[in-house]
Amino acid sequence: MYVLRRLPSLIATLLAVSILTFLMTSLLPGDPALQILGAENATPEAIAAVRAELSLDDPLPVRYLHWIGDALTGDFGRSYRTNEPVSQAIVERLPVTAEIGLLAIVIALAIAIPVGMLSAYRAGTRTDKVISSTSFGLLAVPNFMVAILLILIFAVWLGVLPATGWVNFTDNPVQNLRSALLPALSLAIAEMAVYTRLLRTDMIATLQQDFVTMARVKGVSNRRILFRHALRPSSFSLLTVAGVQVGAIIGGSVVIETLFAVPGVGRLLLEAVLVRDLLMVQGVALVIAVSYVVVNFTVDILYSYLDPRISHGRSAARV
Amino acid sequence: MSTPAPNLGAPHPGVTSELAPADGLIAETSAAAAPGKKRKRGFGVTFWLATVWLVVVLICAVFANLLPVKDPLVPDVLNKLAYPGPEHWLGTDGLGRDTLARLVHGARVSVTISVTAVAIGMVVGGFIGIIAGFFRGKLETVLMTIINIILAFPALVLLLVLLAFVGRSLVVISLIVGFLSIPIYTRVARATTLAVAEREFVRASRTMGAKNSRVLAREILPNVVLPVAAFGLVAMGVVIVLEGTLAFLGLSVQQPAPTWGGMIFDGKRYLSEAPHVVLIPSIAMFLTVLSLNLVGDSLRTRFDVRGSNL
Repeated sequence: MYVLRRLPSLIATLLAVSILTFLMTSLLPGDPALQILGAENATPEAIAAVRAELSLDDPLPVRYLHWIGDALTGDFGRSYRTNEPVSQAIVERLPVTAEIGLLAIVIALAIAIPVGMLSAYRAGTRTDKVISSTSFGLLAVPNFMVAILLILIFAVWLGVLPATGWVNFTDNPVQNLRSALLPALSLAIAEMAVYTRLLRTDMIATLQQDFVTMARVKGVSNRRILFRHALRPSSFSLLTVAGVQVGAIIGGSVVIETLFAVPGVGRLLLEAVLVRDLLMVQGVALVIAVSYVVVNFTVDILYSYLDPRISHGRSAARV
Repeated sequence: MSTPAPNLGAPHPGVTSELAPADGLIAETSAAAAPGKKRKRGFGVTFWLATVWLVVVLICAVFANLLPVKDPLVPDVLNKLAYPGPEHWLGTDGLGRDTLARLVHGARVSVTISVTAVAIGMVVGGFIGIIAGFFRGKLETVLMTIINIILAFPALVLLLVLLAFVGRSLVVISLIVGFLSIPIYTRVARATTLAVAEREFVRASRTMGAKNSRVLAREILPNVVLPVAAFGLVAMGVVIVLEGTLAFLGLSVQQPAPTWGGMIFDGKRYLSEAPHVVLIPSIAMFLTVLSLNLVGDSLRTRFDVRGSNL
């Protein structure tokens, strides 16, 4: 099975990513013991004690094995600052980021698919030019700028949506959606532009293929050709890029969550980074990287369902 | 990052010509090939406008100290949050500092970081990519595996973690961003090399007895440099946004040195009373990134050797 064949490479990537996360946070300058104690309490004895407690003096491979072994059982250690278990902090905040990210992707696709198809169908016309230049322009707008404009319009001028804050879904689903809408929109705008442009290009290529001509000759309606015949073969690179763009959404969530004061993993990472909370940074970075790898693996699998040629080893020419 | 998606899968050439013009759907789509051809002849007005804007930004960055603008750090206490007017052309910020002066001096940070980072990424990444694409085999497998592992991290996450522990001077930020962008250039350079290496002139050069080093330097390199450089322009826009993001998170160059991202971040708290404090630096950043995308994209279309299958 295709999934099984791809599994070894997934495991290898996950392993490599965990090693990189560990090395990155372990080899960098700055003694974590000094960070924990603060400059004033840092007597040589106290530093030695903390280093022994965290087994910082062991060789790197030993430390890595300890760390990854604990991580696999869900133990990432405790935050230096709050003494809260890292895993608990992540579990609390991951759903928030996931909700905003998913909402962003759904919004982006819901707009990009029809718009991209329209643009391809009307390629070369004024409609297409307006759509193309708008999406080109949107690519140049950073997400924090979108966020500020949205706050200015919807919170300051119109006063219809909250500018900051977060309500849990279990507390109040309606308020939850209201608090998730502006952050999700801020992330969705750039994605939308990327998806639209991509779908337009691929769709134009598909519409020039023989089977579309065939369908036209048979008298199939334009709508049916676009949605039933052309959309699926045009959506391969859209799917791949949507997977890759999850990285952009995760990165963006750091900014957007901070700006909207939303308690997600992005903000958790930033806060941990600002106070150099080593174990928290390691844990969050690992979880983020692993989620990203798994998402892209899943996309890969989905891809083989959309395009059966892949799992049979005769891949499509373009990737 | 909102890099304009590579032009995956260019329209198939030669398919459209035999089709009956009466066929509405297909006739409309075949028209799409026309703008592409037109663009090859000359660059439009927008291209030149974008170039002019970029030159202006560059001049501001290089000659910030010589230009007749106010001091970007000295506050005009009586004129806080002033709207654009004769005294302060683009108004003042929350401390009464001149926005125009801060924009001009802030350009310096954006330009320094983006040029340094892009130069590092382009040279190192381009080199690795050409080597991988030219020699193929095990070397390519190893190099591309490493590259793909680095790419397995969302860039901003890597950047944050590195910055937290290394520090944040202009030099450090430029170096880290440059280092992080190596994988992207490697992929672009490798893909271009793969396509170029198949071309007749490379085979001709080999048949005439050229050594690897000569083929690389005389045939491959000149054909890879331009597409990679055009991509570098687009990447420069990404770096400017990244610096803005860092400033926004309070992780860029230390205050009070003006940066565009920092100006937007500072102005955010006066959003309801004086939105222009945020909007003016935002527009400057938007125009710069848009111009880089426009110029980079036009050049990329022109230099494209293979419909850019990345």
